Amino acid sequence: MSNQPQNTTPSRSNRAMVPRVDVLEDQTGITLLADLPGVSKDQLELKVDGDTLLIKGTVGALTQEGLEPTYAEVRLPLYRRSFTLSRELDTSRIEANLKNGVLNLRIPKQQHAQPRRIQVQVN
Amino acid sequence: MYPSLQSHASGVFGDFERLRRELDDVFGLGASPTSIRSAGPGAFPALNVGHTPASVEVYAFAPGIDPDKVEVTLDRGVLTLAGERPPTAPEGSDKVSVYARERLSGRFKRAVSLPDDVDPERVQARYQDGVLHISIGRREAAQPKRITIQ
Repeated sequence: MSNQPQNTTPSRSNRAMVPRVDVLEDQTGITLLADLPGVSKDQLELKVDGDTLLIKGTVGALTQEGLEPTYAEVRLPLYRRSFTLSRELDTSRIEANLKNGVLNLRIPKQQHAQPRRIQVQVN
Repeated sequence: MYPSLQSHASGVFGDFERLRRELDDVFGLGASPTSIRSAGPGAFPALNVGHTPASVEVYAFAPGIDPDKVEVTLDRGVLTLAGERPPTAPEGSDKVSVYARERLSGRFKRAVSLPDDVDPERVQARYQDGVLHISIGRREAAQPKRITIQ
Protein backbone atom coordinates (compact mmCIF):
# COMPACT_ATOMS: atom_id res chain seq x y z
CA MET A 1 0.00 0.00 0.00
CA SER A 2 2.74 2.47 0.89
CA ASN A 3 5.22 3.48 -1.78
CA GLN A 4 8.85 2.48 -1.54
CA PRO A 5 10.83 5.31 -0.06
CA GLN A 6 12.83 7.06 -2.74
CA ASN A 7 16.49 6.19 -2.74
CA THR A 8 18.08 9.56 -2.24
CA THR A 9 21.50 8.40 -1.13
CA PRO A 10 23.90 8.91 -4.00
CA SER A 11 25.59 5.63 -4.67
CA ARG A 12 28.79 5.36 -6.66
CA SER A 13 26.88 4.81 -9.86
CA ASN A 14 24.60 7.84 -9.74
CA ARG A 15 26.96 10.51 -8.45
CA ALA A 16 26.49 13.71 -10.33
CA MET A 17 27.97 17.17 -10.47
CA VAL A 18 26.00 20.04 -8.98
CA PRO A 19 25.63 22.76 -11.60
CA ARG A 20 26.06 26.37 -10.53
CA VAL A 21 22.87 28.42 -10.78
CA ASP A 22 21.72 32.01 -10.67
CA VAL A 23 18.19 32.50 -9.34
CA LEU A 24 16.44 35.84 -9.74
CA GLU A 25 12.88 36.77 -8.87
CA ASP A 26 10.94 39.68 -10.27
CA GLN A 27 7.31 40.62 -10.05
CA THR A 28 6.09 38.18 -12.67
CA GLY A 29 8.14 35.10 -11.94
CA ILE A 30 11.47 33.46 -11.33
CA THR A 31 14.39 33.21 -13.73
CA LEU A 32 16.85 30.40 -13.21
CA LEU A 33 20.12 30.12 -15.11
CA ALA A 34 22.18 26.96 -14.83
CA ASP A 35 25.66 26.23 -16.15
CA LEU A 36 25.51 22.89 -17.96
CA PRO A 37 28.53 22.85 -20.26
CA GLY A 38 28.68 19.81 -22.51
CA VAL A 39 24.95 19.16 -22.42
CA SER A 40 23.01 19.38 -25.66
CA LYS A 41 19.24 19.78 -25.93
CA ASP A 42 18.51 16.07 -26.34
CA GLN A 43 20.58 15.24 -23.28
CA LEU A 44 18.73 17.64 -21.02
CA GLU A 45 15.98 16.38 -18.73
CA LEU A 46 13.60 18.75 -16.99
CA LYS A 47 10.93 17.31 -14.75
CA VAL A 48 8.35 18.80 -12.45
CA ASP A 49 7.03 16.32 -9.91
CA GLY A 50 4.52 17.91 -7.60
CA ASP A 51 6.36 20.91 -6.27
CA THR A 52 9.85 19.64 -7.12
CA LEU A 53 11.75 20.78 -10.18
CA LEU A 54 14.49 18.42 -11.30
CA ILE A 55 17.22 19.42 -13.73
CA LYS A 56 19.35 16.64 -15.15
CA GLY A 57 21.85 16.84 -17.95
CA THR A 58 24.21 14.30 -19.43
CA VAL A 59 27.52 15.45 -20.83
CA GLY A 60 27.82 14.38 -24.44
CA ALA A 61 30.66 12.16 -25.52
CA LEU A 62 33.69 14.40 -25.54
CA THR A 63 36.36 11.81 -25.88
CA GLN A 64 37.61 10.29 -29.06
CA GLU A 65 39.48 7.19 -30.12
CA GLY A 66 42.44 6.41 -27.94
CA LEU A 67 42.22 9.54 -25.83
CA GLU A 68 44.20 9.20 -22.63
CA PRO A 69 43.32 11.62 -19.87
CA THR A 70 46.17 13.68 -18.51
CA TYR A 71 44.35 16.01 -16.19
CA ALA A 72 40.64 16.18 -15.44
CA GLU A 73 38.68 18.66 -13.37
CA VAL A 74 35.35 17.44 -14.71
CA ARG A 75 35.12 13.76 -13.91
CA LEU A 76 31.46 12.88 -13.86
CA PRO A 77 29.33 12.89 -17.01
CA LEU A 78 26.13 13.99 -15.26
CA TYR A 79 24.70 17.20 -13.80
CA ARG A 80 21.79 17.03 -11.38
CA ARG A 81 20.06 19.50 -9.14
CA SER A 82 16.54 19.83 -7.83
CA PHE A 83 14.54 22.67 -6.33
CA THR A 84 11.28 22.87 -4.43
CA LEU A 85 8.94 25.42 -5.91
CA SER A 86 6.35 27.35 -3.99
CA ARG A 87 2.64 27.39 -4.68
CA GLU A 88 2.37 30.70 -6.42
CA LEU A 89 4.59 29.53 -9.29
CA ASP A 90 2.78 28.22 -12.32
CA THR A 91 4.68 25.08 -13.26
CA SER A 92 2.52 24.43 -16.30
CA ARG A 93 3.93 27.51 -18.01
CA ILE A 94 7.64 26.94 -17.53
CA GLU A 95 9.74 28.07 -20.48
CA ALA A 96 13.18 26.60 -21.02
CA ASN A 97 15.98 27.52 -23.36
CA LEU A 98 19.39 25.85 -23.66
CA LYS A 99 22.12 27.70 -25.50
CA ASN A 100 25.89 27.23 -25.33
CA GLY A 101 25.52 25.08 -22.25
CA VAL A 102 23.48 27.63 -20.32
CA LEU A 103 19.95 26.62 -19.32
CA ASN A 104 17.59 29.56 -18.99
CA LEU A 105 14.36 28.68 -17.17
CA ARG A 106 11.49 31.06 -16.72
CA ILE A 107 8.89 30.09 -14.13
CA PRO A 108 6.00 32.55 -14.11
CA LYS A 109 3.79 33.19 -11.15
CA GLN A 110 0.16 32.11 -11.18
CA GLN A 111 -2.04 34.58 -12.88
CA HIS A 112 -4.33 36.10 -10.38
CA ALA A 113 -7.96 35.26 -10.95
CA GLN A 114 -9.01 37.69 -13.62
CA PRO A 115 -12.08 39.71 -12.64
CA ARG A 116 -14.74 38.58 -15.04
CA ARG A 117 -17.41 40.80 -16.41
CA ILE A 118 -20.74 39.14 -16.17
CA GLN A 119 -23.12 39.88 -18.95
CA VAL A 120 -26.57 40.74 -17.82
CA GLN A 121 -29.16 39.18 -20.09
CA VAL A 122 -32.23 41.21 -20.69
CA ASN A 123 -35.16 39.33 -21.96
CA MET B 1 35.26 29.90 31.17
CA TYR B 2 37.72 30.42 28.38
CA PRO B 3 38.18 27.92 25.52
CA SER B 4 41.30 25.89 25.91
CA LEU B 5 44.44 27.39 24.45
CA GLN B 6 45.70 23.93 23.64
CA SER B 7 45.30 23.20 19.98
CA HIS B 8 44.62 19.50 20.12
CA ALA B 9 40.93 18.68 20.38
CA SER B 10 39.70 15.71 22.30
CA GLY B 11 37.03 13.10 21.88
CA VAL B 12 35.25 12.35 18.63
CA PHE B 13 36.05 15.73 17.07
CA GLY B 14 39.68 15.31 17.94
CA ASP B 15 39.84 12.05 16.06
CA PHE B 16 38.26 13.56 12.95
CA GLU B 17 40.55 16.54 13.11
CA ARG B 18 43.59 14.31 13.34
CA LEU B 19 42.34 12.20 10.43
CA ARG B 20 41.79 15.31 8.34
CA ARG B 21 45.29 16.56 9.07
CA GLU B 22 46.86 13.23 8.26
CA LEU B 23 44.97 12.96 4.98
CA ASP B 24 45.99 16.50 4.14
CA ASP B 25 49.61 15.59 4.76
CA VAL B 26 49.38 12.71 2.32
CA PHE B 27 46.96 14.03 -0.31
CA GLY B 28 46.64 17.73 0.32
CA LEU B 29 48.11 20.77 -1.31
CA GLY B 30 51.41 20.62 0.48
CA ALA B 31 52.07 16.97 -0.22
CA SER B 32 53.44 16.93 -3.74
CA PRO B 33 54.43 19.62 -6.21
CA THR B 34 51.59 21.24 -8.13
CA SER B 35 51.93 22.86 -11.50
CA ILE B 36 53.08 26.42 -11.11
CA ARG B 37 50.17 27.47 -13.32
CA SER B 38 47.53 25.36 -11.67
CA ALA B 39 44.34 26.98 -10.45
CA GLY B 40 42.47 26.14 -7.28
CA PRO B 41 39.34 23.99 -7.35
CA GLY B 42 36.34 25.71 -8.84
CA ALA B 43 38.25 27.86 -11.30
CA PHE B 44 36.37 28.95 -14.39
CA PRO B 45 36.48 27.40 -16.89
CA ALA B 46 37.11 23.85 -15.69
CA LEU B 47 39.67 22.05 -17.84
CA ASN B 48 40.12 18.49 -18.96
CA VAL B 49 43.29 17.64 -20.82
CA GLY B 50 44.01 14.41 -22.62
CA HIS B 51 46.33 13.15 -25.31
CA THR B 52 46.46 10.73 -28.18
CA PRO B 53 49.68 9.76 -29.97
CA ALA B 54 48.87 12.39 -32.60
CA SER B 55 47.42 15.27 -30.60
CA VAL B 56 46.78 16.96 -27.31
CA GLU B 57 43.11 17.65 -26.57
CA VAL B 58 42.03 20.39 -24.20
CA TYR B 59 38.38 20.78 -23.15
CA ALA B 60 37.39 23.98 -21.39
CA PHE B 61 33.94 23.93 -19.81
CA ALA B 62 32.91 27.53 -20.42
CA PRO B 63 29.17 27.91 -20.93
CA GLY B 64 27.62 31.20 -21.99
CA ILE B 65 30.68 32.85 -23.51
CA ASP B 66 31.04 34.44 -26.91
CA PRO B 67 33.58 32.35 -28.84
CA ASP B 68 34.59 35.37 -30.90
CA LYS B 69 35.72 37.16 -27.77
CA VAL B 70 37.86 34.40 -26.27
CA GLU B 71 41.59 34.68 -26.79
CA VAL B 72 43.27 31.36 -27.32
CA THR B 73 47.04 31.69 -27.61
CA LEU B 74 49.85 29.19 -27.79
CA ASP B 75 53.20 30.59 -26.88
CA ARG B 76 56.31 28.54 -26.18
CA GLY B 77 54.33 25.48 -25.25
CA VAL B 78 51.85 27.24 -22.98
CA LEU B 79 48.22 27.31 -24.09
CA THR B 80 46.31 30.24 -22.64
CA LEU B 81 42.57 30.87 -22.69
CA ALA B 82 41.43 34.33 -21.73
CA GLY B 83 38.07 36.02 -21.94
CA GLU B 84 35.23 37.54 -20.06
CA ARG B 85 31.78 36.34 -19.14
CA PRO B 86 29.26 39.08 -18.51
CA PRO B 87 27.34 38.78 -15.24
CA THR B 88 23.69 37.80 -15.25
CA ALA B 89 21.86 41.05 -15.64
CA PRO B 90 18.58 41.18 -13.79
CA GLU B 91 16.04 42.27 -16.35
CA GLY B 92 14.22 45.39 -15.24
CA SER B 93 16.35 46.02 -12.21
CA ASP B 94 13.49 47.36 -10.16
CA LYS B 95 12.25 44.95 -7.54
CA VAL B 96 14.45 42.04 -8.54
CA SER B 97 15.55 39.73 -5.74
CA VAL B 98 18.69 37.72 -6.33
CA TYR B 99 18.53 34.47 -4.40
CA ALA B 100 21.55 32.73 -5.84
CA ARG B 101 24.51 33.95 -7.85
CA GLU B 102 26.79 30.95 -8.07
CA ARG B 103 27.75 31.28 -11.72
CA LEU B 104 31.14 32.89 -12.05
CA SER B 105 31.37 36.00 -14.17
CA GLY B 106 34.02 38.49 -15.07
CA ARG B 107 37.43 38.06 -16.64
CA PHE B 108 38.92 34.59 -16.68
CA LYS B 109 42.26 33.24 -17.73
CA ARG B 110 43.63 29.72 -17.60
CA ALA B 111 46.91 28.34 -18.80
CA VAL B 112 48.05 24.83 -19.54
CA SER B 113 51.59 23.75 -20.18
CA LEU B 114 51.74 21.44 -23.20
CA PRO B 115 54.38 18.81 -23.93
CA ASP B 116 57.38 19.83 -25.99
CA ASP B 117 56.36 17.97 -29.10
CA VAL B 118 53.26 20.00 -29.97
CA ASP B 119 53.12 21.68 -33.32
CA PRO B 120 51.85 25.27 -32.94
CA GLU B 121 50.92 25.36 -36.60
CA ARG B 122 48.27 22.71 -36.14
CA VAL B 123 45.79 24.06 -33.62
CA GLN B 124 42.02 23.79 -34.01
CA ALA B 125 39.41 25.20 -31.69
CA ARG B 126 35.69 24.50 -31.63
CA TYR B 127 32.92 25.72 -29.33
CA GLN B 128 29.88 23.53 -28.86
CA ASP B 129 27.28 23.30 -26.08
CA GLY B 130 29.42 25.47 -23.85
CA VAL B 131 32.60 23.42 -24.23
CA LEU B 132 35.61 24.93 -25.95
CA HIS B 133 37.53 22.05 -27.51
CA ILE B 134 41.10 22.79 -28.54
CA SER B 135 43.09 20.24 -30.43
CA ILE B 136 46.83 20.63 -30.92
CA GLY B 137 48.69 18.33 -33.26
CA ARG B 138 51.92 16.71 -32.17
CA ARG B 139 54.99 16.47 -34.30
CA GLU B 140 55.81 13.28 -36.17
CA ALA B 141 58.55 12.32 -33.75
CA ALA B 142 55.96 11.80 -31.05
CA GLN B 143 54.28 8.93 -32.85
CA PRO B 144 55.54 5.62 -31.55
CA LYS B 145 57.64 3.92 -34.19
CA ARG B 146 58.04 0.26 -34.64
CA ILE B 147 61.67 -0.75 -34.89
CA THR B 148 62.33 -3.74 -37.10
CA ILE B 149 64.97 -6.21 -36.08
CA GLN B 150 67.46 -7.07 -38.79
